[in-house]
This record gives sequence, C-alpha cells and structure tokens, in this order.
Amino acid sequence: MSTVAGEMDHTDHHHHAPSGITRWLFTTNHKDIGSMYLWFSFIMFLVGGSMAMVIRAELFQPGLQLVDPHFFNQMTTVHGLIMVFGAVMPAFTGLANWMVPLMIGAPDMALPRMNNWSFWILPFAFAILLASLFMEGGGPAFGWTFYAPLSTTYSSDSTALFVFSVHIMGISSIMGAINVIVTIMNMRAPGMTYMKMPLFVWTWFITAFLLIAVMPVLAGAVTMVLTDKYFGTSFFDAAGGGDPVLFQHIFWFFGHPEVYIMILPSFGIISAIIPAFSRKRLFGYSSMVYATAAIAGLSFIVWAHHMFTTGMPVAAEIFFMYATMLISVPTGVKVFNWVATMWRGSITFETPMLFALAFVILFTIGGFSGLMLAITPVDFQYHDTYFVVAHFHYVLVSGAIFSIMAAAYYWLPKWTGHMYDETLAKWHFWCSLISVNLLFFPMHFAGLAGMPRRIPDYSLQFADINQIVSIGGFAFGLSQLIFLWVVIKCARGGEKAPAKPWEGAEGLEWTVPSPAPYHTFETPPEVK
Amino acid sequence: MAQQHEKYYVPASSPWPIVGAIGLGLIAFGAGHTVIDMKNEATDGWGANVLFGGIAVMIVMLFGWFRDQINESMSGLYSNQLGHSYRQGMSWFIFSEIMFFAAFFGALFYARVIAVEWLGGASNNAMTNEVLWPAFEAHWPLTETPGGTKSGEMGWMGLPLYNTIILIVSSFTCHFAHVGLEKNNRKQLTLWLGITIVLGCIFLYLQGAEYVHAYNDLGLTLDSGIYGNTFYMLTGFHGMHVTLGTLMLIIMFLRVIKGHFTPDNHFAFQATSWYWHFVDVVWVCLFIFVYVL
Repeated sequence: MSTVAGEMDHTDHHHHAPSGITRWLFTTNHKDIGSMYLWFSFIMFLVGGSMAMVIRAELFQPGLQLVDPHFFNQMTTVHGLIMVFGAVMPAFTGLANWMVPLMIGAPDMALPRMNNWSFWILPFAFAILLASLFMEGGGPAFGWTFYAPLSTTYSSDSTALFVFSVHIMGISSIMGAINVIVTIMNMRAPGMTYMKMPLFVWTWFITAFLLIAVMPVLAGAVTMVLTDKYFGTSFFDAAGGGDPVLFQHIFWFFGHPEVYIMILPSFGIISAIIPAFSRKRLFGYSSMVYATAAIAGLSFIVWAHHMFTTGMPVAAEIFFMYATMLISVPTGVKVFNWVATMWRGSITFETPMLFALAFVILFTIGGFSGLMLAITPVDFQYHDTYFVVAHFHYVLVSGAIFSIMAAAYYWLPKWTGHMYDETLAKWHFWCSLISVNLLFFPMHFAGLAGMPRRIPDYSLQFADINQIVSIGGFAFGLSQLIFLWVVIKCARGGEKAPAKPWEGAEGLEWTVPSPAPYHTFETPPEVK
Repeated sequence: MAQQHEKYYVPASSPWPIVGAIGLGLIAFGAGHTVIDMKNEATDGWGANVLFGGIAVMIVMLFGWFRDQINESMSGLYSNQLGHSYRQGMSWFIFSEIMFFAAFFGALFYARVIAVEWLGGASNNAMTNEVLWPAFEAHWPLTETPGGTKSGEMGWMGLPLYNTIILIVSSFTCHFAHVGLEKNNRKQLTLWLGITIVLGCIFLYLQGAEYVHAYNDLGLTLDSGIYGNTFYMLTGFHGMHVTLGTLMLIIMFLRVIKGHFTPDNHFAFQATSWYWHFVDVVWVCLFIFVYVL
C-alpha cells in the first residue's frame, strides 16, 4: 500500500504515563479513560446509594418520618437515573475501555479522542441532573421512567434540565458504543476471528449495537416530553389527538433493550470468570454467542410487557407475553452453559468466582420472577408493587452490580499490578451476599401482599417486612465501603501480581505484564 | 479480515475533547434554563447567554479538533485501517440518526393508526369517544383535535413536491461530485459540489417559505394538535439536519478549493456525501408519510 503511516509517527513513543491533571483531562489512552469511567461510576454508585438509604430510612416505619413525599419522589427518581445511567452503564463502558483492546490485541480504542470526549460529558450531565434537585420546585420527581403526564403536565420547572442532561448522557453513550463496535470490527489482531473473540468482547459488541439503536429513541422521547411541557405540543395529550400511552411505547422501546444493555456485558464477564476458576474451557461457546444475539434480537419485540395494565388490545397482550417468555430460552441456555462449565471442573473459590457464582444463582432468581411478571394475567396483580422492585433489583444489583464486582476483583491485579486483599474481599462478598438478600428477598412478599412501589408511607401490615428490608439496605450500603477500602489498598500496594495471577484464566490480557504497561500491543500479537 | 497491519495511529493527548465536553455541558445547562426562562417569561434571561457561550465553545472546539485532524491526515499519519475506523464510525452514527427519526415516525404512525382512531371510538374504545370526546370523529390529517383546536391541512403539491425534486436531484449532483473526485477531475468536483450546495440552500429557503405559509395562511402551527406536532417535529428536525449537511458541504467546498482530498484519501468528503444521501432518504420517507399519505 502506498501510505507512509507509521514512519512519521513520533507522538506515541512515550511508554510512561504523563503526569499532572492534564493527563486525565487530555488523555487518549484507553486505560486512563477506562479508569476514569470506573471511578466515576463508583462515585455515582455511592451517590445513588445514599439516595437509596434516604428511601430506606423513610420506609423503616410506616407514617411520614424524615422527608416529605415530594422529596421522597425525587429520591426514587434520581436514585434510578443515577444507578442506570451513572453507575451501571459507565462501569461497563469502563470495563470495555480497559479490557476490549487488551482482549483483542489492539493498541487502543479505534477513536481515542472521541473516547475521551464520551467520558468527560458524563460529569457535566450528572452535575446538571444533581443540581436540578436544588432548584425551586425540586428536581425530577416522576420516576426514572418519566411517564407522561407526570413529566409533562405535573412536573416541576427543572424538567428542562433533566431533558437536556439525558440528551448529553445519550450523546456520550452513543459515542462510547460507536467506539466499542468499531474497535471490535476493525482492530482485532491477525487471526482473532469473530468466533475466537472472548465472550466479554462478543457481549459488548452486541450491547454496543443495542445502545446505538435505542439511545436515539430515548432522545426522541425526552424531546417530546420537552415540547409537550414547554412548547404546546400534544404527543401525550388526548385533547390534541395524542396519547399518554404513546409515551410508554416509545420509552419502553428504548427501555427494554436498555435493561439488556445493563446485563449482556455481565454475561460476558461471568463467561470469563467461571471457566477460569473451574479450570475448564467454557461449555458451549458458540451457543453462548447465538444466545446473546437472540436475547438482543428479542429485546426489540417485548417492550409492551411493561404496559400490560394500560388497556392494550388482547392480541397485543398475548403477543408480548409469549415473546417475553421466549427470552427465557436463550437465557436458560446461558445458565445451563455456566453450570455445565463447572461440572467436574477443578473449582476454587477466590472472590471473583464467589461473586460469579452468586450472580448465577441470584440472577436466575431475578429471571424467574421476570418470567412470573411476563404472564399477563398474573402481571395485573403484580404490576407496580414491590414484587417488581424485587425483580429488577435482583437482576440489576445481584446481577449486573455483582458481575461488575466480580470483574473488578478478577482484573484488579492486571490494572494495579498488585493482588487485592483476599480476606477483606471475602468479607465484602459475604456481607454483600447476606445483606442483598435481606434487602431484596422480602420485597417479593411485600409486593405479593399488595404493597405499592414509589410510596413514602404504607399500611401497618407491611411494617415488619420493611424493617427487615431497611436493615438489609443499610448493611448492603455499608458493605460497599469495604470494597472501596479493598480497591484503594490494592491500588496503593500489596503482593506483586504476576502477568497471569489466575491459573485457569485464558486470553490475551494475561500475556502482558501486570500492571499492564501504558501502551500495549503496539504491534499486534498473532492469534493462533 | 484483510491481513494488512500497518501501525495504527493513536493520537497523543488532545485538549479538544474536554473543551467539547465543557461546550456540551454549557449547552445543556443553558438550553434547559433558556426553556425555563421562556416559560416563566423571565426577562433577565441568563440561560440564553450560557447557551450561546456553549455554542461558541463548541465552534472553537470543532475548528481546533478538525484543524488537528486535517493536519494529521495531510501529513500522512493515517493508515488504511484508521480510514476503516472513520468510515465505520460514520456509518454507525448515521444509523443512530435513523433511529432518532424512527422515534418520531413511530409517534406519527401510532397517532394516525391507533391514538386518533381510538379517540374516535375504534377497537374497544367506544366509551372513550362516547363519554370523553362525544363530538370527535376520527380523521387524518387531524384538522380538528378532540379538544377542538382547528387547523388547515398541508397538501403535497406545490412547494413540498418541488422540494422533493430538489433534494433528490441534489443527491445525484452530490454523487457526480464524488465521482469527479474519484476520477481526480477537480473541475467536475467543484462544479457539482457547488450545485449541490445551491440546491441545499434553495431547499432550506423553500422550507422556510412553507412554514410561513402554514403559520399565516393555513393556521397549522406547532401546537395545533398531533398533526401539527408530527409535521413540525419531523420536518423541523429534518431541516436542522439539512442545515448541518449544507454547512458540511460548504466546508468541503472550501477544502476542495484549497486543494484538499485525493482520489484515495477523502474520508471527510465521503462522510459528508453519506450524510447528504441520508437526509435525502429521510426526506423521501417524510414526503410519503407526512405529506402524501
């Protein structure tokens, strides 16, 4: 080829990291950006978690104790928004930034400057969202799903800030996703064919596609809320020929793929960790890939299962019920494969494996309650009760968040060059495991008994359950401080980690030293 | 995958992304407050100042970022593999834009096929009509809303048809310019690119004239019910994209005059041309579903 690329390249020969604040502001390095994403998401996790503590403190006893109902609504809303867009999604993007180039043998992400831009938008977006809480009339109080007319007719002035902050979060996610997808398509090392890619790369590939497909739909939904509230349109107003249910259709067309955006990368993480600690190859690699793709495909045709009680025609209810139940087939394939991987494996129980095992069991519980919710006539009973809250916290906290913890422990030696403190980490695991179940399992019973969600007060018969749940909540919140301690301790020192600290681990990321040098794979490795 | 593995260009650190993030942050914060100020009829309107400040920062960022980008490209730092990254990135960006329009088309279809019909009593909604909106009869275009707002109807003959022809022709002229570039025929390139820009500007002018006509003569406004909503939101967002596309074409024209681009190295031109074809296709869908049907 006639290009002279490479020869005139004098800029990237510094192998040590630059120093000072501009390193972080101006960086184009996927590892720096990955670390910033991870720290940002952890800070947001603590902020969103504090809001959950406010909620649980208020619900500790029946009656209004600590906060007024409007503030309670703001807490549930912003807790949801922060955990979804500020904690889980950036954590996965951070993991993708760190690990995808290392796993496919690429020198960096495909579009490094855009990568930095995607990250730095987030602090501004969340600063705006959080600042809106202090405005007159309060911040968003309509639930993270911002259903019309709560977000249009009945919302406070600050809604415009919510809308624009979601817009720039969306821009950030789309750019991040484009970067991941292009990196995977274009930057794989020679010999790294699609069906040789680690599953974390595969699941992120499909996640990135989902993000690019649905984040713009969310942008459309918030735009319609903005114009309905401020510019006199009536997309969601029957008097003008619109329909509030239209909002729910548009929102959940985004929202359902969104929940898979928050779980597919977890599947990839678990599919890396379970084989490593079972010292066996992953059972059914290709079926894992097809199952992920099937889940992603189905996610576009199940959105109205969030809307069974809106009075849709029966034909639609039945279609969405069966389509939703179909998802359990590829999901079942995955759970089966993880269990089959462990079958007759030589298993050890280091912390990443403990979190992965807890993921498999607890995510499956969340999956089963999802299946219950998928059944239309039963959902009429469960809808908008604590059963739903229990369901999605099982898949998001003991699912997505546990997988992120597992990933952090699994790759911390690679990131920091030190082994983490295994004793403390085990404390973190057992405290989290016990408290998370104390927190979310009783919610099933509260929901089945009829306790509605998003309510600051409740009837007396729910008092015992709520007390247990709140204690579980505080314990879970405090347990995460152990994690913070472990991470800081590991970053500052500790036993030196070898290039491959886990005996059974596989993949290109373990062929580079620990900590991974500032630049890796400048010459692509050959994959056999 | 082709086994070409030149060294991939990983740029050194750059100040532009953080400048862009500050710009977007100011725009979001400023736009939010501008909208709130408008609603409260606040006169001290600092929201708009923040918004324009943000836009200014973004313009500086775009100039700086693209200047660096163009210099690197012209000094031959880029490999074919990087070119692939850019092309794939642009394709996925256009896909995301398609999904953005899909949300508004979805709203249009839902309103036409479901919401308005149901308000008129279709499906199992006889009582909705009978009790809540007894005087309402379903029709499309919705020239009288259930709430009683009346508006005119925008036909497809005349301006919309001319605009359709103009945009379709501009897609071809843009392609001729691209062919000229690939054949290294600079005269053909400059001529057809110039014509494309003129057509884009004419389209925007006529679209403006159509809005004036709709507001003044037809009484069709943004707030006249779901017909006006979908009409203005779809054509409005499309118009914004044509404006952006035209600006991109103008920048390409200036770069062509400066002698940039070669037959095998012209990503920016190609991306602009893809973008232009994309706004054309969106318009054809608009013309069919918003105007004709």
